[in-house]
Amino acid sequence: MTDSTSAVAPPESFRGAVWAQFRKHKGAVFGLIVLGLLIVFSVIGPLVWNPEKLTVVEALKSKNLGPSLTHPMGTDQLGRDQMQRMMAAGKVSLAVGFVAMIIAIFLGTLIGVLAGYFKRLDGPLMRLTDMFLALPLIPLLLVMVMLFRDDLSRAMGPEMGAFVLIVFAIGVTSWMHAARIVRGEVLALKEREYVLASRSIGATPRRVILRHILPNVVSPVMVAATLGVAEAIITESVLSFLGLGFPPDFPTWGRLLFEGLEYMQLYPERVIFPGLAISLTVLSVNYIGDGLRDALDPRIRGR
Amino acid sequence: MLTFTLRRLLLAIPTLLLISLVIFLLVDLAPGSPASEIPLTVPPEVRMKILEALGVNEPLHIRYLLWLKQFFWVEPLNGFDAIFGTNYAEGMQRIISYQSRSPVFPLIGERLPQTLTVIGTAYLVGVLIALPIGIYSAYKQYSLFDQFGTMFAMIGFSVPTFFTGTLFIIIFAVWLGWFPTKYDTTLEVTDWDSFLTQLRQMAMPVMVLGLANAAAISRYMRSSMLENMSQDYVRTARAKGMDERTVVLKHVLRNSLIPVVTVIALGIPSIFGGAIITENLFGVNGIGSALIQAIRGNDLPMVQTLAFIFAILIVAFNLIADLLYGMLDPRIRYD
Repeated sequence: MTDSTSAVAPPESFRGAVWAQFRKHKGAVFGLIVLGLLIVFSVIGPLVWNPEKLTVVEALKSKNLGPSLTHPMGTDQLGRDQMQRMMAAGKVSLAVGFVAMIIAIFLGTLIGVLAGYFKRLDGPLMRLTDMFLALPLIPLLLVMVMLFRDDLSRAMGPEMGAFVLIVFAIGVTSWMHAARIVRGEVLALKEREYVLASRSIGATPRRVILRHILPNVVSPVMVAATLGVAEAIITESVLSFLGLGFPPDFPTWGRLLFEGLEYMQLYPERVIFPGLAISLTVLSVNYIGDGLRDALDPRIRGR
Repeated sequence: MLTFTLRRLLLAIPTLLLISLVIFLLVDLAPGSPASEIPLTVPPEVRMKILEALGVNEPLHIRYLLWLKQFFWVEPLNGFDAIFGTNYAEGMQRIISYQSRSPVFPLIGERLPQTLTVIGTAYLVGVLIALPIGIYSAYKQYSLFDQFGTMFAMIGFSVPTFFTGTLFIIIFAVWLGWFPTKYDTTLEVTDWDSFLTQLRQMAMPVMVLGLANAAAISRYMRSSMLENMSQDYVRTARAKGMDERTVVLKHVLRNSLIPVVTVIALGIPSIFGGAIITENLFGVNGIGSALIQAIRGNDLPMVQTLAFIFAILIVAFNLIADLLYGMLDPRIRYD
């Protein structure tokens, strides 16, 4: 039958198809909205919500207040507005998550492509990956932060030093899954005819990888990347929670939670708000990853 | 199978050696050297003697080899001596903690039971929660129960244990007052009352860790069940007129447990990592809190030993998971 009057939908672009499938996943849409709100809260929030600087007397008076109209999330033990701190902390937490993910994905893709494409490198690189997977990560991260914090903060200032150290430490210890996924994909793609064709006309490995292989591993890498953001945010907050993350005047959500622990029995909101923010971010990122996986899978899409 | 086991065991040795080197170098580059702890009033020649006694002024590779020898030869010998009352290890230098100036291994041995009771129970509880949830949500796929199960798993994945832990403390200890906020390590179980106290103080850490693990395991159980439910042998069993109970609990469950068992084995090392957080939160005096204390106190030998023990656990359980898979699944052959 070549009758094409009604049932056949117009051919859509790849992006359109992915987006249509993504929208069908309720959790993913919920995740996208919540993550968007959290980003707006921490990036645009400080521009709107900017309480005046307090004098010493005012700060003393406004210590440990509960949530109210002037301070929607209360104040802390020094009289600082908790919502303003939450916004500042959110910016750092999200930045850590995204930057650490970019490092991890870059390393993972690089090692995965090298291991998958060049047979000689496969063995050593995969042994390296196995070794990294067997490292006890949380203890090692704690040790790394402890050892290098002082040196780096002397070199770059306490804030930048802590940020660079933590982001780098998390990135360097979480590329393994991405590398394995990419290697598997590359091993399969390498045998395809178009790669053979490209090689037979004399394309260098560099060109084959950049033109033909990398564009085809984008989908699994994107899914790994979203899940990587969630993992990085959790790891950072674990470090801060154990008191070995960012310095106190440069808060992250994990750090706020850690500081609130002391006052938990009297002011539980000081633990609940940062904890909720971390959990919501991770939850929504995980849901987005779930939706992306479905949307990018051609076997599921279009059904 | 035997050759595979041997090959994997042999491969584990260079991996562990490399990891030990990484851990040793990383910790050894620490700026908080034991030399900085010696007061400045101590004359330089005495200071040199102290450093010599601590063994920290030797070249790097000698210290590394010495540490390896202590870890793999001297300490096991000491353990052997302690058990059988012999004295083979007499006069050998042991790994000494900077904080307590006593050997590291007995210190860890003191802590280990606390960790194992809490973590072991937590993992057991987690598995016991996860399996029925996984089985039932696969059996009733897309039902309300399944959707709740999915949501529970997603939340379990996403909410970090330190937040569930604090929430539990606020709700169950502060507001409701059911459980104590801190774990009392000195409590000894002698009679029924102290047993109940022990149960009450274990409840929160066990639930926090257990729920976090249950989330992941229940998902694996579900997908593994689903895979098997559509197999031909299930239809055959039903066609023979077997009742649903036998079909699901005998035929499907047995086959679906194979991958889940390996996932359970693979999860054991990571639960030790999770223990670091819960132990600090609830004040359980186990090896996780020992690690944090050692890091805070710049106790290098303790940190090195504990981190390496964590690494050995990971490698060992990866190996166990691989071997289990081969043993349980007759379709897998490593030849």
